[in-house]
Amino acid sequence: MTTKSAPPRSFQEIIQRLQTYWGGQGCAVLQPYDMEVGAGTFHPATTLRALGPGHWAAAFVQPCRRPTDGRYGENPNRLQHYYQFQVIIKPSPPDFQDLYLGSLEAIGVDMEMHDIRFVEDDWESPTLGAWGLGWEVWCDGMEVSQFTYFQQVGGHDCHPVSGELTYGLERLAMYVLGVDHVMDMPFNDPDAAIPLTYGDIFRQTEEEYSRWNFDVADTDMLLRHFEDAETECTRILAQPADDPKTGKRIVMVHPAYDQCIKASHLFNLLDARGVISVTERQAYIGRVRALAKACADAFLETEAGGWAA
Amino acid sequence: MPDLLIELLSEEIPARMQLRATADLKRLVTTGLVEAGLTYKSAGGFVTPRRLVLCVEDLLAKSPKVREERKGPRADAPDKAIEGFLRSTGLTRDQLETRETKKGDVLFAVIERPGRPADAIVADVLEKAIRDFPWPKSMRWGAGSLKWVRPLHSILCILTDEAGARVVPLTVEGIVSGDSTVGHRFMAPSRFGVSGFEDYSARLKRAFVLLDHEERAKKIWHDATNSAFAQGLEVVEDRALLSEVAGLVEWPVVLIGDIGADFLGLPPEVLQTSMREHQKFFSVRNPKTDRIEKFVTVANRETADDGATILAGNQKVLSARLSDARFFWENDLRVARSGLTPWLERLKKVTFHRKLGTQYERIERIEALARDLAGPVGAPLEDATQAAQYAKADLASEMVYEFPELQGVMGRYYLAEAGMNAATARAAQEHYAPLGPSDDVPGAPVSVTVALADKIDMLAGFWAIDEKPTGSKDPFALRRAALGVIRLLLENDIRLRLDTYFDRQLLRYEIATNGEDEQTRDVLLALLNEIAENGVFSAAWHALKDTFGDKVPPHVEKVSENLPDTSADLLSFFHDRLKVYLHDKGIGHDVIDACIAMPVKDDLTLLVRRAEALQAFLKSDDGENLLQGFKRANNILTQAEEKDGVEYSFGGDIKFAEAAEEKALFKALADAETRIRQAMEAEDFSAAMEALAALRAPIDAFFEAVQVNTDNAVLRRNRLNLLSTIRTLCLTVADLRRIEG
Repeated sequence: MTTKSAPPRSFQEIIQRLQTYWGGQGCAVLQPYDMEVGAGTFHPATTLRALGPGHWAAAFVQPCRRPTDGRYGENPNRLQHYYQFQVIIKPSPPDFQDLYLGSLEAIGVDMEMHDIRFVEDDWESPTLGAWGLGWEVWCDGMEVSQFTYFQQVGGHDCHPVSGELTYGLERLAMYVLGVDHVMDMPFNDPDAAIPLTYGDIFRQTEEEYSRWNFDVADTDMLLRHFEDAETECTRILAQPADDPKTGKRIVMVHPAYDQCIKASHLFNLLDARGVISVTERQAYIGRVRALAKACADAFLETEAGGWAA
Repeated sequence: MPDLLIELLSEEIPARMQLRATADLKRLVTTGLVEAGLTYKSAGGFVTPRRLVLCVEDLLAKSPKVREERKGPRADAPDKAIEGFLRSTGLTRDQLETRETKKGDVLFAVIERPGRPADAIVADVLEKAIRDFPWPKSMRWGAGSLKWVRPLHSILCILTDEAGARVVPLTVEGIVSGDSTVGHRFMAPSRFGVSGFEDYSARLKRAFVLLDHEERAKKIWHDATNSAFAQGLEVVEDRALLSEVAGLVEWPVVLIGDIGADFLGLPPEVLQTSMREHQKFFSVRNPKTDRIEKFVTVANRETADDGATILAGNQKVLSARLSDARFFWENDLRVARSGLTPWLERLKKVTFHRKLGTQYERIERIEALARDLAGPVGAPLEDATQAAQYAKADLASEMVYEFPELQGVMGRYYLAEAGMNAATARAAQEHYAPLGPSDDVPGAPVSVTVALADKIDMLAGFWAIDEKPTGSKDPFALRRAALGVIRLLLENDIRLRLDTYFDRQLLRYEIATNGEDEQTRDVLLALLNEIAENGVFSAAWHALKDTFGDKVPPHVEKVSENLPDTSADLLSFFHDRLKVYLHDKGIGHDVIDACIAMPVKDDLTLLVRRAEALQAFLKSDDGENLLQGFKRANNILTQAEEKDGVEYSFGGDIKFAEAAEEKALFKALADAETRIRQAMEAEDFSAAMEALAALRAPIDAFFEAVQVNTDNAVLRRNRLNLLSTIRTLCLTVADLRRIEG
């Protein structure tokens, strides 16, 4: 039997343990992507790297924004800004499930005492034109992770297939630490000289963003920015691959993809402002999907996407 | 003879796919074996979340030798023909036999295939089964290209006979078959070998895996009901959930826990739905209070603390879920008590269908139709109107947003909270019914009125925009809606001319979608009023033309041309659904067609009464013979009419009757005519059929004794006219020409 490590004491310790664990399994531990995204999947390390023949292994924390989920910091587990931990390995290793279970042990879940279950939950992202099959993982009836084998991204079949894990960090940490309200959760060590809770850091921002997201954000501006991002994304991808200045072949997929991410987030903000009708909704999602698809196509034309001269 | 054992071990198979997969594996493998000549005594499939298993008993050890003879071209045929034959048989020229036949020397191929050992056949069949497996959704993983429901990890495939067990060697995408498996993922994860099915299933049990889905379900139900019983409680039965949960565990351990006291005030449906949908918990009811007080969860393992940690975790998750539910409930109650208006306001912004407007507009149309229907159905007008107005208000409630399956159920609570009477509140729940062919049909008049209005409106709407079901495509469940109307009418014995309600609702859609022009709108509204008064579209249209004359806008002219066709098409859709429905009840399509051909075909209750009487009649000895008599009369008559180019329809004159049988038939027809007329006026179809039955003997006797087509033209004409009376009389009851056989 494995020796059990002492239980973690804070939110940040859980993140550190996950990073250490997956680093130990050979993943490159990346830093968060520096843009507003709705889910860790939007990180180019996931979306773009899932494409093409190249092998890949990465793990990272990604802050996520879901404007419609804002509750002014009052709901025990709903936030408009929260953290996901993502692991993506291509090709998916044969013992991916066991590796995952190892990560739960690493953050102090005692496998002998808990009931871990893999319950069917297929993943689909209409905005990314992506889908995969897998499960949500339950620990004593609570969903602690999403486990997916990517089948398609941006309309392209994934070959090899990536295995992707997403941990909802706040929820998982609350469970492991035995906390009932996210704002009460210790962020650093509770015995530190200056102990900080999640609420000390985020209660005020949740309030501020909830108000802005729901009632104040300038919708005309958001709409304009959406269209700007859309135009720029298309314009970037329309450039010839050969750069006249350097004479090199430079397909600018990442700058274009940044604009796609922006458009997606702006759509989420518009949605939270309640200015998108049910019928328009589908049209907006379709526009973002078209950008994601174009970026995916372009990625396959780059070296990282398997292009060879 | 050897036994075969196959286990396909994978990552967790979705519960909903498991039972189907067991049957598919059994079908694919056993069919493959039999096609290859391997017969067997019996076969059984099993499934757990991680393994798909098949065991086949007493399989032939070797397939029998097969000898096949094929006749080829003549020995002196051109080379090309002979080469073709050699290619198709895979033989060489000197392997062919030459035989003398009547047509000269002909080449024959004798192909002998030796028997193959079971091992080789099983390997081929299993590999093909794996590659062709019909999973509803399958995936690739790693760098491979094999598709399976989730990554496939190992293949156990062994044949066991007196000499012991041996592995059937096969390799699928790098997975090499073996004779071992693993136990429970957490409680006994190590690999062990097995020597046959009994050994396999016994060892699995020791490794904390119950192989049989049924056994797991039984254990869960047994343990759950026992723990509940010990506390004076009972588990709410839920077979679908039981089957699903049995597909989520290999080693079921039942745990019973408390629902926090704070949540016991929630409606039982809310508790049940929240627990079932989110947590896959069973509800546990206190029979004394009829309240749901506890839950049962099923864990997949035993623990040192007897599940205390697991149960505490589950309880915590449930509390969070139910806090949300209570929050929705309390918010909703505030709106309900204030009179529900905010929800109707919100429904003004919710699109029902792009071409059919908002939910609110639909509610308005349902309400108008419910007012039309309340009288005929027998519901108080005020209640029916109010029920139609608010029956869908809960669609805007927070609870229904969270749990769409609670639509209607919540409506009933909320309408009652808003102070409406019980019949009105009940309609909010019941107007969705019946949902399926075996679902209960509401009987309360207010519920029936709104249920009919809801469904007819939906059908009229989709007919108006020409989005009818085609083939297997019926995205708006319009077939189900039509069947719902049929069952509501028949099972409540409601007499209704559907036609006029179709017309009205189609017109209301026309007004909603094309009523911007004031003049058009006025004329259409006037037409709607005329229909309410006249009942029939054509009469209403003429009345309208009289009033408005040349002022009828061209668009309305067009409406009047198209609307009756659309309405008729919708009615024939109903007739098609009715045929399917009655076919299941043993009434043939031809019988229904014979009744649809009669007047008042849009009163389905009347139509079915006629069809039932006709079906019973045709089954009787008299009915069967009368039908033959009718057909004979009709054939003779039709042929004569074609030949003579005239229609015989005057009825004969008894004074030209010669034979006694002929005279008797005249008399019988006269009697029957009176009886049938009276019966039809009273809508007593059985009596009408009885009167027809009385004609059987005189008709039979007439054909026996009398020749219709005689040389005497006067007699012939008179007899043909007599036959036409038979035809006319029979056709007043049902169109017997459409009956087959």
